[in-house]
Amino acid sequence: MIKIQIDGTFYEVKGDRNLLETCLALGFDIPYFCNHPSLGSVGACRLCAVKKFADADDKKGRVVMSCMEAVTEGMRISVNDPAVKTFRAAVIEGLMTNHPHDCPICDEGGECHLQDMTVMTGHNYRKFVFKKRTYNNQNLGPFVQHEMNRCIQCYRCVRFYRDYAGGKDLNVFGSANHVYFGRHKDGILESEFSGNLVEVCPTGVFTDKPLKKHYARKWDMTNAPSVCMHCGLGCNIIVSERYGSVRRVMSRYNGSVNGYFICDRGRFGYEFINNPDRIKKIQFRPSKNNNLQEAREVSETGLSEIFKSGKVVGIGSPRASLESNFALSALVGKNNFFHGISGKEQKLIQKAVSILESGIAHSPSLKEIEKCDAVLILGEDVTNTAPMMALSLRQASRNKTLGIAAKLGIPKWNDNAVREMDQDTKSPFFIASSFSTKLDELADEIYNAAPGDIARFGYSIASAINSGAPVLIHPDEKLQNRVRKIADALSAAENPLIVTCITSGNEDILNASANIAIALSTAGKKPSIAIAFPECNSVGLSMLDGGSLDEAADTISKNGADTLIILENDLYGRLSLKNADSIFEKCRQIIVLDHLMNETAKRADILLPASTFADSVGTIVNNEGRAQRFYNVIQVAEPVKESWRWISDMVKISEKNNDYTWDKFDNVVASLVSSYPVFSGIKEKMVSADFRFFNEKIARQNKRFSGRTAMNANISVSEPKPPQDNDSPLNFSMEGYKGDPPSSLIPYYWSPGWNSSQSMTKYMDEPEGHLKEGGDPGIIIFSNKNKSSVDYFKNFPDPFKAKPGELLIVPVYMIFGSEELSSKGETIAERISEPFILFNEKEITKLQLIENEKSKFIINQVVITAIVKHDNKIPDGVAGLSVLTAGMQYTDLPDLGKVLST
Amino acid sequence: METPLTEHIKENRPPLRLSDYEKVGGYRGMHKALKEMAPADIISLIKSSNLMGRGGAGFPTGLKWSLVPKDVPGGSLKYLIANADEMEPGTFKDRYLLEGNPHQLISGMIIAAYAIQARKAYIFIRWAYKKAEIIIRNAISEAYEAGYLGNNILGTGYNLDLYVHSSAGRYICGEETALINSLEGKRGLPRAKPPFPATSGLFGQPTVVNNVETLCWIPHIVENGAEWFTKLSITGEGGTKIYGVSGRVNKPGLWELPVGTTLREIIEKHAGGMKDGYRLKGVIPGGASTDFLTEAHMDTRMDFASVRTAGSRLGTGTMIILDDKTCPVAFIHNMIKFFALESCGWCTPCREGLPWVQKILESFEEGTAKTEDIGILEFQTQYMGPGNTFCAHAPGAMEPLQSGLKYFCDDFLKHIEEKHCPWRRL
Repeated sequence: MIKIQIDGTFYEVKGDRNLLETCLALGFDIPYFCNHPSLGSVGACRLCAVKKFADADDKKGRVVMSCMEAVTEGMRISVNDPAVKTFRAAVIEGLMTNHPHDCPICDEGGECHLQDMTVMTGHNYRKFVFKKRTYNNQNLGPFVQHEMNRCIQCYRCVRFYRDYAGGKDLNVFGSANHVYFGRHKDGILESEFSGNLVEVCPTGVFTDKPLKKHYARKWDMTNAPSVCMHCGLGCNIIVSERYGSVRRVMSRYNGSVNGYFICDRGRFGYEFINNPDRIKKIQFRPSKNNNLQEAREVSETGLSEIFKSGKVVGIGSPRASLESNFALSALVGKNNFFHGISGKEQKLIQKAVSILESGIAHSPSLKEIEKCDAVLILGEDVTNTAPMMALSLRQASRNKTLGIAAKLGIPKWNDNAVREMDQDTKSPFFIASSFSTKLDELADEIYNAAPGDIARFGYSIASAINSGAPVLIHPDEKLQNRVRKIADALSAAENPLIVTCITSGNEDILNASANIAIALSTAGKKPSIAIAFPECNSVGLSMLDGGSLDEAADTISKNGADTLIILENDLYGRLSLKNADSIFEKCRQIIVLDHLMNETAKRADILLPASTFADSVGTIVNNEGRAQRFYNVIQVAEPVKESWRWISDMVKISEKNNDYTWDKFDNVVASLVSSYPVFSGIKEKMVSADFRFFNEKIARQNKRFSGRTAMNANISVSEPKPPQDNDSPLNFSMEGYKGDPPSSLIPYYWSPGWNSSQSMTKYMDEPEGHLKEGGDPGIIIFSNKNKSSVDYFKNFPDPFKAKPGELLIVPVYMIFGSEELSSKGETIAERISEPFILFNEKEITKLQLIENEKSKFIINQVVITAIVKHDNKIPDGVAGLSVLTAGMQYTDLPDLGKVLST
Repeated sequence: METPLTEHIKENRPPLRLSDYEKVGGYRGMHKALKEMAPADIISLIKSSNLMGRGGAGFPTGLKWSLVPKDVPGGSLKYLIANADEMEPGTFKDRYLLEGNPHQLISGMIIAAYAIQARKAYIFIRWAYKKAEIIIRNAISEAYEAGYLGNNILGTGYNLDLYVHSSAGRYICGEETALINSLEGKRGLPRAKPPFPATSGLFGQPTVVNNVETLCWIPHIVENGAEWFTKLSITGEGGTKIYGVSGRVNKPGLWELPVGTTLREIIEKHAGGMKDGYRLKGVIPGGASTDFLTEAHMDTRMDFASVRTAGSRLGTGTMIILDDKTCPVAFIHNMIKFFALESCGWCTPCREGLPWVQKILESFEEGTAKTEDIGILEFQTQYMGPGNTFCAHAPGAMEPLQSGLKYFCDDFLKHIEEKHCPWRRL
């Protein structure tokens, strides 16, 4: 610890961050713009000035920028010195010479860091009497609104977009006082992380464009802590609501998961909740001869008969909460509960989870991924399947540079200095993939091959690391040299990471990854394996007992089923048309619980409106094995109910087992934990609905929430009673605990004087640190078994050989379009491409296809029409087909296919 | 009086070719340095000569060289850069040296590069110096032909490649770290210091950036010794300096004179005094970014220390004269306009402050200024003072304004009282 003196008081600090962040962590309000804990500091805005004294006798001191000062033993500074206070106000005054007076109509107003800093410095009276500078704005696509006149040139946008996230198409142009931040011309921002500009920008230059369509001020929105549903990483989010619709999603800080950022799918994917196709009523299908259609309501006797006598089969879902899945399994019994994913996917996920649980490798958090010093990616395109993992990997690629900088005495936070000092070095970074990926630009070695060959590549790396591993040596000497290079780099690293895949549908790649981890462990290393699980609760679901969809189909076709209950799942996105149809044909009665109309919902005899993550409480488990809780932000509106509550009603009707009727969320959790002790942490460590903080619930609404009495005045002038929430310790009102709530219950960020999301820092032990009051949310479910129990995998696949006239079609996942729910939001829909198929150019010529034109292909009897595009990294005999949940019939990939001759 | 820097420069005659220059003693210093001296010896020689950077800041050259790490891990490259991006208003001394005697610079660069063990050197030249660029390129070809550049120079095993880079034309690129960014193909923004270029410069490698005039001294000091150099000056700072005068004097121009020559001697003797009918009102001693001196300072000795004592900076030593028939506000406004335009736009005080000052000064010229504007201007000079900004650009710009407000306050006030510029006929 280092001792420093601030305005006469001594403090003990760690000293690894810059002076500004050190002071912020101590609770000082030093205004700043260009500093960002994850981006470091560059000294551009000059707002964070403090006085630094040479020694105890120095009375004069000198002005320094606290963001550019290292903290040193005995340092003596003043934050409140009159000279620096005047200077800071003058910096704001300078910025205000050009900043427009449009706060009342600016989307940022009320949560604007510039407003906060202006108030903080005390600048109010305007002396500048001349004309302001104006700019033209650009159309940057559907996500981000551009209003350059508001720009205060802090350079944060380009530093995030380019330096941190690797974007290319946003830059700074011009000089002097006509510096311009934008694209070279109008156009869609290409980065998967562009939405973060909304939060990174300290004022209203980059704002949330979908929010603009249904705008509400920060203080007028009801908020809840939530978890992103659009991939397996479980990034923490804050969901905001007004008048019953979700208005926006912002990132919620979790120092172990997503940090300050989220991807665009996570930020803008919520719009499916507001989709007009939402199922909001109980619907009956007038078909077959069931006795329910006439009743037009859930007939207790009818269902009761079914549940008592008939066979009921339940199909769960990896996009539904643990609690809802468990409720269904409790209703139908473990033997009749199926996971709702294909047998192949289930096997891959269970294998992946068993590898992570075996202890042969650590399952790293996103933050831990950032610290890895050598990376090998086998077969996964994380930018599209788990975008935030790609962002973490980008940071990991800088670790070698940071190490060199540290040796030269340049701290990590001195961002430009680090980037200038070392412009070429990258941490060892290797990619094996069937097609080109965005992270290729970071890689030292790229091996492009068919999935089976990627597995062989992995096996050979394992055997090059440790001679005990099953030996696979490539006859191609050049290739074997690359294998050796990778093996050496992984062996030399302190924290080697293997990113492996489920989405490419190849179990051998998982096995090969495990072999590399075992080889590294045997060599005394502590390897990590990171896996992008396909859906938000793939991992949680896999920990419940239950068969696969294929097994469900088998059971149903063999024994038939009276009733099939499908939980939040579209089987037509997981099974071929024929197989899905066969399931439906064999069942007398089909009950579907879901949010949105889809092919499965269309076939329901009884369609029950299930609440989404925004109007329910639930727990999901992410790729790391971290169970996290999402909370309801919308008051669930009858007849919409949480799936587990619908199922509880069914249990009641069935008169089967009263242990499985629940009127509160916590009761479901209790049942879950008693059946599955592996989840005991969820009950013990996560807060229950009874939890009170200093005897109070946590308010979902800001202290300044306005119009509670006026919101519904057009309907009734009397103030409605705030709804009771028995499922969470949060209140649907502004009444509640006034301070910082426990970390897992932060509904919005606010601190006196800090109205923007920059107030996040106030909730942490230090900037970019961990949340106070409970640490980073989430409970690790994985238990680490004894590593000696895992043996090397030995069965190598044969090398891939292209056969004439036959193509190996591999899946190409897309950040926009491959995930079901987000695709149903209107904004994301604008970014979804048409179905496409990738070949190398030689192959296009050979197959006599025409680039950029549609062609037909046949894969396992399914005819696919897709636009032909080229990607020269695709090997001969292989094609990459876009995976889209809409506009394309499902087909299981990888599979063999061919061009359909006309 | 010795004039080592300019003695072989003759106006209206092309510069000496390599062979002709060698006949009059050119490259002797280079031979001596490479053949007889170890790199460390050269650095200590330059250190003992107390040669101070002629670009304007006056940083000791030997010290700068000595900060370059001796052994770079992994044997990576080190670089030497000649800063020939001479864009300081009123300054044209480097142009004179570049056009007049390119081989003097090249031989100086070879020695300097050898001293810091750089394998690559660049001349970063102002875009407008087209003629100088051609001359330098030709001279470099001659030096390669003579074996003074390239591999195994003079059989010593030492290799050096020298490149010319014509800048895109920004004042800020004369700042050494902005120059480095520009040379790398990036935006011409200054870099944060520390780290200094000596540890992390061009492409992140140890780099020395020296002014043209500074580098031109190196062969002479190597050849004649530190003591000889020190004795050239009147005061203790050593050497001669190219002083220049522009403005309404009888003979504007530049002269190589001993360091420490008085301001009076330069203006009255060498520049021939003020033109008839004009009186000297003020002098900006070293380019636009230095404080005014007035008649009261005419006996100031023009070296770094004495000019500092007088309240200004020697800067480039090429002065601009303000006469009594020129409006001082307009004079300052003109310079501020230049500085506002040339701000890189990185830090707030400079980017927002200079245009504001420019607009206020414009309002003085237009006769719409108010008394409180003087207060705003005074505040802005402190606000854009050293340490408050990212680099020295805005503090430099404020130097003529702050001293102008001090010496010519009455003239500022007259603009306000008369509601027009008193120097302009109504």
